[in-house]
Amino acid sequence: MSCADRNGDSSGIAGPGPLPLVLDVNGTQHQIMVEPRTTLAEALRGPLGLTGTKIACNHGACSTCTVWLDGTPVAACSVLAVEVEGQRITTIEGLAQPGSLHPVQEAFIAHDAVQCGFCTPGLVLSCAALLARNPHPDRSDIESAISGHLCRCGTYPHVIEAMLDLSTRQDPDHG
Amino acid sequence: MDEDPPQRRKFPAGLAHLGLGEVEREVPSSEPPPLGPNASLQHIGRSPERWDARAKVTGAARYTVDVSLPGMLHAAVLRSPWPHACLRAIDLSRAAAAPGVRAVLELAEPLIPGEAPLLRYVGQPVAAVAAETPELAQAALQQIEVRYEPLPFTVDFGHARQPDAPAVYRTTELDKVPSATLPASASVYPLAGNVLGPERRGSRGDAAAGFAQAEVTVEATYHTPVQTHCCMEPHAVVASWHADGLDVWMSTQFTAGVRAQFARQFGLPLARVRVRADAIGGGFGSKSRMGVYGSAAAALSRLAGAPVRLVHQRDEEQMDAGNRPSSEQRLRIAARRDGTLTAISLHSYGSAGIAFGAGVGNVAAAMYDCPGLEAVHHDVFTHTGPACAMRGPGNTQGAFALEQSIDELAAKLDLDPLVLRDRIDPSQVRREERRIGAARIGWTRRHAPGAGTGTVRRGIGMAQSLWPANVQTNAACEVRLWRDGTVEVLSSVQDIGTGVGTVLAQVVAEELGLTPQDIHIRIGDTEYPSGPPSYGSRTTASITPPARTAAWRVRETLLRSVAAAWKVDPQSLVLGGRSVQLRGDAQRRLAWNEATAMLRTDRISATAGRADDYAGFRIRSGDAAIALNDLGGVQFAEVEVDTESGVIRVLRVVAVHDCGRPIHPAQIESQVQGGVLMGISFALMEERIMDPHTGWMLNPNLIDYKFAGPRDTPAIEVVLLEYYQGQSASDAYGISEPANIATAAAIANAVYNATGVRFRALPMTPAAVLETLGAAARRT
Ligand code: FES
Ligand code: FES
Repeated sequence: MSCADRNGDSSGIAGPGPLPLVLDVNGTQHQIMVEPRTTLAEALRGPLGLTGTKIACNHGACSTCTVWLDGTPVAACSVLAVEVEGQRITTIEGLAQPGSLHPVQEAFIAHDAVQCGFCTPGLVLSCAALLARNPHPDRSDIESAISGHLCRCGTYPHVIEAMLDLSTRQDPDHG
Repeated sequence: MDEDPPQRRKFPAGLAHLGLGEVEREVPSSEPPPLGPNASLQHIGRSPERWDARAKVTGAARYTVDVSLPGMLHAAVLRSPWPHACLRAIDLSRAAAAPGVRAVLELAEPLIPGEAPLLRYVGQPVAAVAAETPELAQAALQQIEVRYEPLPFTVDFGHARQPDAPAVYRTTELDKVPSATLPASASVYPLAGNVLGPERRGSRGDAAAGFAQAEVTVEATYHTPVQTHCCMEPHAVVASWHADGLDVWMSTQFTAGVRAQFARQFGLPLARVRVRADAIGGGFGSKSRMGVYGSAAAALSRLAGAPVRLVHQRDEEQMDAGNRPSSEQRLRIAARRDGTLTAISLHSYGSAGIAFGAGVGNVAAAMYDCPGLEAVHHDVFTHTGPACAMRGPGNTQGAFALEQSIDELAAKLDLDPLVLRDRIDPSQVRREERRIGAARIGWTRRHAPGAGTGTVRRGIGMAQSLWPANVQTNAACEVRLWRDGTVEVLSSVQDIGTGVGTVLAQVVAEELGLTPQDIHIRIGDTEYPSGPPSYGSRTTASITPPARTAAWRVRETLLRSVAAAWKVDPQSLVLGGRSVQLRGDAQRRLAWNEATAMLRTDRISATAGRADDYAGFRIRSGDAAIALNDLGGVQFAEVEVDTESGVIRVLRVVAVHDCGRPIHPAQIESQVQGGVLMGISFALMEERIMDPHTGWMLNPNLIDYKFAGPRDTPAIEVVLLEYYQGQSASDAYGISEPANIATAAAIANAVYNATGVRFRALPMTPAAVLETLGAAARRT
């Protein structure tokens, strides 16, 4: 195990104490100390202070905590921080350049696809990943891309509307 | 407050799409002039960007779970593993000495002082610790030594009613039983075993005579399960004691209300407690109070001398954050051949767990004209977590029974369900909603009940909502105008996802001739004037009139300043489009910030409270009041029932609603879609499942506890009426709860239309559908 050596003892077993770790988040390398049991979601929210990643169930059921690993949406509550060293992590804070919005974010605003907003960062990231691989998704593509997301406020109809709107735009190269 | 004589003023009245009339009201002269209908306005009735949407889509919005203070500790709660146990001994000393622990606190208290505490449900808080990290706090819980004496228990609503069932309470404890809804005491009702009551709710006329006169009667028993709120942001609080008092950040539906609770609990003046909630990740009725978790965080903070964060984990949220009570309703309705109702009898039971207040609302009593009514309710205590209000409390359960019974009555009378309702429903608004909804859904396509053949059968059904138009009279709003033209609107009112901040910006912008983006929204902080709670569908109705009144007063002050400088009559000035102008003289015109620069001081301000509805309230009690006319709403559902797999799919919902003057149609549409989706979940999926052998909840997570996801979402078409009554400075009322009340009943009626079989119990899961269809087939 690569992280065992960094523990600084000879037992060959990592942890349970904190380990140094380098995470590539939103294009920047961050050195942090976390216990091996720390999930990616906890590492992002805690030591990295990126609280845009939300935790709702903490057991992989709701996709609220979605981030990208090398461009693919994953549930950050169900991945350990030590597992993702060397992968490109993108959080909601890194989706667009500071001060600007990703087209999905703009469409969510335009279609009022936000209520309490707690599930929203995760939904935005799943929708943006869909658009990156398929600029013209149809309703079924959209439903399947967000099928793992739970939103208790019930924003799904407006989320789907926002995505259909983006899908039918003339210039699809915004994913 | 107002010494001037009231004035008679004319207001737009009626349903806009049918053509508006006028109504004359006597109004205090301290009120702003009547507001024209939406068609005449710039911002009200349009849908500008949600005020906090940018912060929410970028992850910048700060929720309570995101609050991090210097030196903040993390709390963890030890919870009862037993559904019923006597706490014989508890020793916190080892936990107090555990690594990183800074405070420990016992939470179990006896209802009767001097007795050993009783624990009454799995998940009930026993003790709490605050430590330097969440992990250390969790680890310290293992060090708490507790000796429980397990006692017999009952978690089943049916079993709890048996005379031999273990009792949850003794009569002497009844005045300590928590209320699921409004503050009340259970001790006014008799207690027999676990059955509390009877509570006679709204009996009128001679029901027995009504049944004797009846030509047709329908009678059936309906069951609804316990539903949990499942807010995506769990209950969360950060409490911080300091020399001056207590600072609280809380994911709450009522900052001002919980401030009062904290103040009372800790003996502090109101002015020394500050409660803040920036973004709030849903509430649905469950985040209205301080709660044990709130007072525990504050007490731990005082002990430790450091801020304390307490956030529920998902299983704690499911077991101990409130729920919608179960219900069993035996409903009898009697009518004449022409459909005229002669009597309604409703005998209901409900369990709010260890709390009381599991009534089934007032739909049976209030929806239809009926001279005879007998409504009797009993609460049933069980060893399960306390219920609290949940989106349309009572009425959602009640509508499931009532609206199916009316459907059944129509079938018995050989009447179209809409025709029957046209005869017995006194609400002209709902009549219009039925007409519009029927045309939209294509009601004429509807076949006779059960006429479909084949494996997958389609059906169409409808049901109605009724909800009191609630108003909080203790609701105030301040508007500040700065010399540089900046406008702020301030209130402790909180935005739990409804978009009340946007609505405030629209109302103030309209009054000041600005745009909603110009208005700075400062809400969710008790340092501002006390706003209403975000429950009971009362927020918009309560806060928009004072917001407009305050803006209007600021506007008058500004115009007087300009008029004084110009030496003209303030009445001759026109404000709008970011400028002030002398009527009929295009040369005498000031841009907005030129006008505000004439203010004598840096900042002027006006604070207004919620005035009474102009024609008065129907009921008033403390800070709460109910407007003269209820909120309606009619929903139509089209479903598909797979008779082989038992799967029900909702294909389409048409939801026609009224909320007085609609201020932000897109946000209202969002609310209605959310209510409908919660209703679909209630109809088809949701159920708290208790293990009768251990007393534990078997699905305290979001895997086994199901609610609707994107794949379960039908096309939801929302139609909104514009309904003017000339009742307040904004004439707006609420929407959240009516949107949820009718849905499950509309689906059940559609399922009946598809299959010819009545589903009288929720949820209609595939297994339940197959069982019910099978039983019906065996009967015929
Ligand atoms: S919080 Fe990660 S899936 Fe729910
Ligand atoms: S917007 Fe509230 S949970 Fe999705």
